Amino acid sequence: MLKRLRENKSIQGTLLALPTTAWLFVLLIIPLVLTLIISFGRRSPDGNVIYTFTLDNYIRLFGYSTNCDNGQASCFDPLYVQILWRSLTLAFNTTLIVITMAYPLAYFIARAHPKKRNTYLFMVLIPLWTNFVIRVYAWMMLLRKEGAINIILGTVAGWLHINFAPLELLYTPGAVLVGMVYEFLPFMILPIYTSLEKIDTSLYEAAADLGANSIKTLLRVTLPLSMPGVVAGTILVFIPVMGTFIVSDILGGRQVILIGNLIQRQFLDARDPAFGSSASLILMIMTLIVTYFYTRKFGFGEEIIAA
Amino acid sequence: MTSEFAVELRDVVKQFITPEGNQLNAVDHVTMQIKNGEFFSMLGSSGCGKTTSLRMIAGFEWTTEGEVYIEGKPMGHTPPFQRKVNTVFQSYALFQHMSVYQNIAFGLEMEGVKEEEIKKRVGRALEMVQLTGMERRKPKQLSGGQQQRVAVARALVKTPDVLLLDEPLGALDLKLRKEMQLELKALQQQLGITFVYVTHDQEEALTMSDRIAVMSQGKVQQMGTPVEIYERPANKFVADFIGESNFLEGKIKSLEKDDARVFIPALNMEIRGLPISEGLVKGEEVVVSIRPEKIRITDKNAKAENLFHAVVKNTVYIGADTHIYVSAQGVNLKVLEQNHISRLDPNSFYHVGQDVGLMLMPENTLVLKKDA
Repeated sequence: MLKRLRENKSIQGTLLALPTTAWLFVLLIIPLVLTLIISFGRRSPDGNVIYTFTLDNYIRLFGYSTNCDNGQASCFDPLYVQILWRSLTLAFNTTLIVITMAYPLAYFIARAHPKKRNTYLFMVLIPLWTNFVIRVYAWMMLLRKEGAINIILGTVAGWLHINFAPLELLYTPGAVLVGMVYEFLPFMILPIYTSLEKIDTSLYEAAADLGANSIKTLLRVTLPLSMPGVVAGTILVFIPVMGTFIVSDILGGRQVILIGNLIQRQFLDARDPAFGSSASLILMIMTLIVTYFYTRKFGFGEEIIAA
Repeated sequence: MTSEFAVELRDVVKQFITPEGNQLNAVDHVTMQIKNGEFFSMLGSSGCGKTTSLRMIAGFEWTTEGEVYIEGKPMGHTPPFQRKVNTVFQSYALFQHMSVYQNIAFGLEMEGVKEEEIKKRVGRALEMVQLTGMERRKPKQLSGGQQQRVAVARALVKTPDVLLLDEPLGALDLKLRKEMQLELKALQQQLGITFVYVTHDQEEALTMSDRIAVMSQGKVQQMGTPVEIYERPANKFVADFIGESNFLEGKIKSLEKDDARVFIPALNMEIRGLPISEGLVKGEEVVVSIRPEKIRITDKNAKAENLFHAVVKNTVYIGADTHIYVSAQGVNLKVLEQNHISRLDPNSFYHVGQDVGLMLMPENTLVLKKDA
C-alpha cells in the first residue's frame, strides 16, 4: 500500500491537493452556493427565508418597485442602482487617489538609502497595528464640527479676525473618501515599493547614459517596470473598497450608503437575508467584471505576488 | 577629434565613506591618457578602483579631486547624457519591458532622431552584432551572449567617441567569452573608436588590449602594452598579478652594465649578467622574478652559469604544458614545460625525487624593488 503510494505520482498529487480542496469547498464553495440559493428566496414575515425560486430580489435591486407614490402598481425606483453606482465610483476614485499618493511615496522609499528604507516602511505599517474601526473613529474626531480640523481653522481665523463657521466635514461623501484613502493607502504603497525596489539601479544609469533625463527615465523606464506593483496594489485596494461598510457607516452616517452598508443592513436591521444575498452576489459580479477587464489589460501583477 | 587623447584622467581621486565612517580613496591620484582609437583596458582585482574610474568617465560618479577630460574637454559635473560616451554594463541593464528593437532605438529616440533614420541605424547596429531578425524578441527570450550583443548594439548605435565596457563578458561561459573577446576586438578595429574596457581577467586584457593599466588599491601600478606588462612588470605586484612568477629574495652585489649580480642567500648562489633596472642601488635588498616558462630544466650534471640544483616534488600534466614543482634547498619553484612531444610514455616525465639542474637566462630574469 505504502509502496504503491510512493510510486504513484497521481495519487500523491491528489492527496496533496486534498487539504486545499477541502478548505476551498468548506469555506468558499458551500457558502457561495448557500448565498445563491437564499438569493432566490423570499423574506418570511418573521425575518427568515422562504426557500423558493423567484427573481424578485434582483428585479428590485435594479429599480423595480411596487411601493409607488402615485398609486401605480409598479414604478422605477433608482435607490439601489444609485447605491451600486456610488460604490463603484467611490472605489474608482479611491483607487486613483491612492495610486497618485502611494507612487511618489513608494518611489521615495525605494530610492532612499537602504538603511533608512526599513524605517520608512515601518512608519507606513504602524497604523495597521491599530484596529481598523478605531482608526476610522480617529478620523471622526478630526472631522467633527468640534473636531481638531475645525478647531485649528477656527483658531487661525480668529488670529486673522475672519468670521468662521465650523465646516460640516463629517457625514459627507468627502469624509468617506478621505477615510477610504487613509485606510487603504498602505496596501498600495507596499506592492509599488516592492516592484520599484527590484529595479536594478543600473537601468536608471543606462537610461541616463542613453540620453534620457529624469522625467523621460521615469516615464519610459521606471513606470512601465513598476506597473506590476500598481496592478497588484489596485486589486488589493479596489476589491475591499467595493465591499467595506465600516468607513461609510462611521464617516458617512446615513448620508453615504454604499452597497456594503446595504448588505449589512439587510441582514441585521431589515432582516431580509434573501435580498441581502442577492445584493452580495451582485457586488461580487460587479467586482469580478471590473477585475476581469482590468487584469486582462494589465495582468495580475504576478511578479509582485510571487515576490 | 580635437584632442590626441579620447579620455584623460588627471590626478583623479574618488573618496567614499565606508559604513564604519572612514574615508576611503577608491581611486587614489590616478592619471591616465587613453588615445583615440585605442583599445584600453583597466585590469585589477575587485576593489582596485577600475570600475569607479570607468563610472567617473561615464558620469555616474563625480571626482572628489582631479578632473576627467573627454576629447580634451573637462567634464566637471556634466551628466552622463551630455557626454559622448556610452556604456555597456556588467549586468547588460537591458530594459526588460522593451523588445530588442526598442532597446536599441531608445537612445536615438532620446536624441530626437527621426523614425526612419532610427529604423536604418537600428538595422545596421543589429547587423553589426549579428542579431538581424531578433528585433521583436524580449531580452528574456535571448541567451546571455545575445543579450550581451544587444547591450553592445544599444551603446554603439549612439556612435559614441568612446565606448565604456564594464566587465561585459563576466557572465558568459568560457568558450563564448573567448569568442566574444575576438568579436569585440574586431568590432573595435572595424569602427575605429576608443574602447575602455574594465576586467579582472588578465588573459582577457592581454588578448584584446592595445594598452593595459594594471590597478591595485586605487592606484595605477603599471601602464603599457600587453608585452611590456608581461615581460617587464614594473613591480612585484604586477609580476605576480599578470601571469605567474617565482620570486627569489636577494641582495645586489654589483651593478655593472649588463652584468648586474644578485646574491640569493637561500640558494647560496649569485645570479650574473642581469639587466639593470632603473632606480636600484648596490647593496639593495631586491626580489628576483622568473616566469615558470623561462626556467630551463637540464641534466643535474650540466655545467653552466646561473645553474643550480633542485629536486622534483611533483609534476602536473595540463595538456598543452606540464607544470613541474621543484625544491631547491628548501625554496619552492614552479617550472613550466611545453609538451612538444607526446607524453604517452610515462618515462617522458621527470619523476618525483629526481635531481635536476635549473638554468636561469639572465635576460628573462627581472630584478624588482622589494618594497613594492
